[in-house]
Amino acid sequence: MAMLNFIFRRLLTAIPTLLILSVFVFLLLKFLPGDPALVLAGEDRDPAVIASIRARYGLDQPLPIQYVTWLLGVLQGDFGISIRTKMPIGDMLVQRLPVTLQLSLQAMIIACVIGIPAGTIAAIRRGKATDVAVTTAGLAGLSIPSFWFGIILIMIFAVSLGWLPSGGYVSFWDSPLENLRYTLLPSIVLGTAAAAIIMRHTRNSMLSILKEDFVRTARAKGLKERIVIVRHALRNGLIPVVTTGALHLGELLSGAVLTEQVFGIPGFGKMIVDGVFSRDYAVVQAVILCSAAIFVLLSLIADILYVKLSPRLQA
Amino acid sequence: MSTVAETAQKSPSTRSLAARLIRQRSALIGLVIVLFFVFLALFAPLIAPYDPVASDWLTVRQPPSAAHWMGTDDLGRDVLSRVIYGSQASLLAGTIAVSIAILAGLPLGLIAGYFGGWIDTVISRCTDALLACPFLVLAIALAAFLGASLQNAMIAIGISAMPIFIRLVRGQVLSIKNEDFVTAARGQGMRDGPIIVSHILPNVVTPVVVQATITMAVAILAEASLAFLGLGQKPPAASWGSMLDVARQFMTNAPWMSIWPGLAIVTIVLGFNLLGDGLNDALNEKD
Repeated sequence: MAMLNFIFRRLLTAIPTLLILSVFVFLLLKFLPGDPALVLAGEDRDPAVIASIRARYGLDQPLPIQYVTWLLGVLQGDFGISIRTKMPIGDMLVQRLPVTLQLSLQAMIIACVIGIPAGTIAAIRRGKATDVAVTTAGLAGLSIPSFWFGIILIMIFAVSLGWLPSGGYVSFWDSPLENLRYTLLPSIVLGTAAAAIIMRHTRNSMLSILKEDFVRTARAKGLKERIVIVRHALRNGLIPVVTTGALHLGELLSGAVLTEQVFGIPGFGKMIVDGVFSRDYAVVQAVILCSAAIFVLLSLIADILYVKLSPRLQA
Repeated sequence: MSTVAETAQKSPSTRSLAARLIRQRSALIGLVIVLFFVFLALFAPLIAPYDPVASDWLTVRQPPSAAHWMGTDDLGRDVLSRVIYGSQASLLAGTIAVSIAILAGLPLGLIAGYFGGWIDTVISRCTDALLACPFLVLAIALAAFLGASLQNAMIAIGISAMPIFIRLVRGQVLSIKNEDFVTAARGQGMRDGPIIVSHILPNVVTPVVVQATITMAVAILAEASLAFLGLGQKPPAASWGSMLDVARQFMTNAPWMSIWPGLAIVTIVLGFNLLGDGLNDALNEKD
């Protein structure tokens, strides 16, 4: 019951955040130079046609009414029609979002596989050469632009060695193996920066956990160091890492914009770039709103995970 | 009055932060890297061996050689000269974007934290809304709406980074606004404005400096990303991001076009990250 209350209260705080963002996004589009009715009319500059377009799309209504109409549509999944693809934007989101989510999840797996052991080793060997090497490698991972790293990986694994494709996408449902071949390099690119972040969080968390009384007690009981680290320290040290990981999944959307561009993957990130260059601003609006909604949802999941995993908070 | 001043002086100062920073080896390495690029940017006309925008059709896509240490690009331009000049766009974009973020974020954070109430609620909710949007997605959208140019990219990155400073400053103000020296200043009849400027602001500067260093790294990466997407510095002017955008088409026959601008971005961002990390450690170091 307490958990349900907590989730309900967190949802209540998320609503104003998303509403304010929806106002920003709506106004951003409204302040754009150019009349959307003229754009929709195309070559036909007949005032009667333009007036009918204004009436049909509600562009002749006062701004607050236009906002409410737009918001009600968005809440029902109606983001409008893309002027580039002529498809409903809601359908485009449904097609593109799973692609980016798959990339992000694969990237997160790579990040955890590299970041958690590296951060743990760095914490155990604090101040030694291994710690310095891992910490510096982590900072380097954060400093590499994803688009450049993507280019370098393409040059090595696609152009020189010919092991993996340089770009493109095959759906998982068409061929799982080919899908993995096409998404491996982009996942590595996305996962590298995430690994650096996970590593830093694991290291910091483990450094404080290793000083705790229960770890000292476990050592005093004569338990093997490996058991002390894995069963006692890591189990507790990973609580903040799990929550950070959930939160960072949202950040991966940012990285996906460039990675999908470099590898030509038809995902959520490429959708915003294509929207920007074809001046398809309703698409840009939809992507911003969805990214924010996903981020808010992941924040909520991170908070719930934190409460669930932390025995003190549960009590 | 002297009590107020004495108590205020106990808060971490930028000078003591610098003294602590000197003890951090990795931060010093970061500082050297940053100063190296600042030197390149300032003295680019004296250091660069060639004109960065002058095409030479006889030297198109030449590999690194004694004449062109980093090779030439698709228009025969010297890559080394363009990398050197590219540092100007990156550092300028980082500095201006971070300045915009601080100039807008600092006062808003001070007001929200100090006055509280409805004004805090409004500012905080707007900040949350902007923070909910992934940084680069927001920067791309703003840059697209403003129009593709280096100037607009800087504004877009600055606006996107602003909420970080609002939240940071607000948090700092909340932690010190009930300290003795602030209460004493209020007791002496000082108005809110002078209290904010004389007593709150000096205690907020140090964490803002640390955050600014970390944000410089993010801003430089964002500028390169926007330029790569064609939303930043326009050719023929040199920018590492736009150089990589062009280089992408010549991956197979001119890999040097991709390697050097990328390495320049990694190095400068690493420099700011090392410096920011060191500053952060120095800030959190116990006396």
